[in-house]
Amino acid sequence: MSILKLDHVNYIYEAGTAFEHHALTDITVEFGADEFVGIIGHTGSGKSTLIQMCNGLEKPTSGTVLFHGEDIHQKGYDLKSLRCKVGLVFQYPEHQLFAETVRQDAAFGPMNQGLSREEALERASAALALTRLPEELYDCSPFELSGGQKRRAAIAGVLAMEPEILMLDEPTAGLDPKGRDEILDLIAGLRRERSMTVLLVSHSMEDVAKYADRLLVMDDGKLRYHDTTEAVFAHYKELEEMGLRAPALSYVLHSLKEKGWPVGTYASSPEEARDMILGALGK
Amino acid sequence: MEHMIETKDVSFEYRQYDDNGNVETVRRAVDHVDLYVKPGQFIAILGHNGSGKSTLAKHLNAILLPTEGTVWIDGKDTADQRKLLEIRRTTGMVFQNPDNQIIGSQVGEDVAFGPENLGRESSWIRRKVEESLRAVGMEKYRNKSPNHLSGGQKQRVAIAGTVAMGSRCIVLDEPTAMLDPVGRREVLDIAHRLNREDHTTVILITHYMEEVIDADYIYVMDHGAIAMEGTPREIFSRVERLQQLRLDVPQVTILAHLLKKAGLDIPDGILRPEELVDRLEELKKG
Repeated sequence: MSILKLDHVNYIYEAGTAFEHHALTDITVEFGADEFVGIIGHTGSGKSTLIQMCNGLEKPTSGTVLFHGEDIHQKGYDLKSLRCKVGLVFQYPEHQLFAETVRQDAAFGPMNQGLSREEALERASAALALTRLPEELYDCSPFELSGGQKRRAAIAGVLAMEPEILMLDEPTAGLDPKGRDEILDLIAGLRRERSMTVLLVSHSMEDVAKYADRLLVMDDGKLRYHDTTEAVFAHYKELEEMGLRAPALSYVLHSLKEKGWPVGTYASSPEEARDMILGALGK
Repeated sequence: MEHMIETKDVSFEYRQYDDNGNVETVRRAVDHVDLYVKPGQFIAILGHNGSGKSTLAKHLNAILLPTEGTVWIDGKDTADQRKLLEIRRTTGMVFQNPDNQIIGSQVGEDVAFGPENLGRESSWIRRKVEESLRAVGMEKYRNKSPNHLSGGQKQRVAIAGTVAMGSRCIVLDEPTAMLDPVGRREVLDIAHRLNREDHTTVILITHYMEEVIDADYIYVMDHGAIAMEGTPREIFSRVERLQQLRLDVPQVTILAHLLKKAGLDIPDGILRPEELVDRLEELKKG
């Protein structure tokens, strides 16, 4: 059952001027309940515009965006509540922290949803707990936190609105491997425990390979591939032409297969690749 | 041979003072570091966030002065105020966020900012700007606004700024952390090209292990100290230690390590997919 559907969506920036630019061309895609979808593409490929379409921050030049079957741009549609249900975590979300304490910051969204202060703070605490931020930090200034902690606090601000779909634009940019794994494990956990649908925009093929069930590959405003992670990475040569790169393991497996080894061309982890190679060697 | 950079027993402490000017907390960010860099070398400093690598980097052109120990840049002590300009002209810095270090409204103007402060005539400055933009492949963007550049292009402009100053040594402090794969490649290619063709000494600070495969020598930092040092192959041979240090070991290196542990005769420190594939082919043919 689809929750969100983009139906033949086109988006043109500054149409009719010298700067006219087709940011999205004829995109049709659906997102259902409890899915983890990776969205990849080089800078400027349209992936950020795509997710901004999903919560009505951008309006299609033509085509429709449907949330639970309803056109979100029809007259009188409550876009404000849509943006709570389809939560978006922007790039470098910690730059948007502003309140005096971490808890107050996370309560900002729910307060705007019309909840009372008490309810909002309760939601904020629950959301902060989901991000595994230590409780003693809830009443600190957000500016006293480390980079990874700040980012979790900012994600909590979106989670506090209890979205059905959580969209994250490059949530791991600028973090070190440990910080990155913590954020991704947190997101994977939300999906597992809360059955939240996750749309993850990322440059990192290794990250999406590890977590996503299916992938959308954007190139020059067009949806070039839309398939399981495994099937998409089989196109590793085409991905390279788009300025992307399949995970390094794919290169090893592809080369072995070309040389006649009985191995698959995709492994989501080094352990899986090891077992394939050992199997092929009869060990 | 004289070292381009030498640090001897360098420590740096961040100190917080209370209202009465007494030291309240002390955090040691760099802890007794010895570093030797010869002219023309490509050196990588690896470490996770908070390991002290950026603090160390700031010592390499006297933005910070060591609390203990000495830093010499091309033989000059960074604590010597009279040598400050020479030191800053020797080592150029490029930082992580491309948007925080571009000031000009046109690319060429931005690159000219440094040389203009050298007090040279404008024809010389123009020539310098042209040469520097060419060195990073950005000459076509001379009159463009930096706003319309990609992250990778902005970093290349920042590198051109150091080239224009005649820097013989460039310190790149996580220059690719905010870039996409294409931008990352661009910046690394330029760094390697300057190193190869102009013999510019390069210090690359990063937490991406893939970026240091081609370095001459690697220092790994943890808790402000040098935790490991060696050639890429020596460093990459110690997969478990690297993982302990919270570094991202390339998946190919992990795969080779796992295969070795499973009993296959595979050398330590495999860095590239081709190497692993070739070795596996040899094993299969027996």
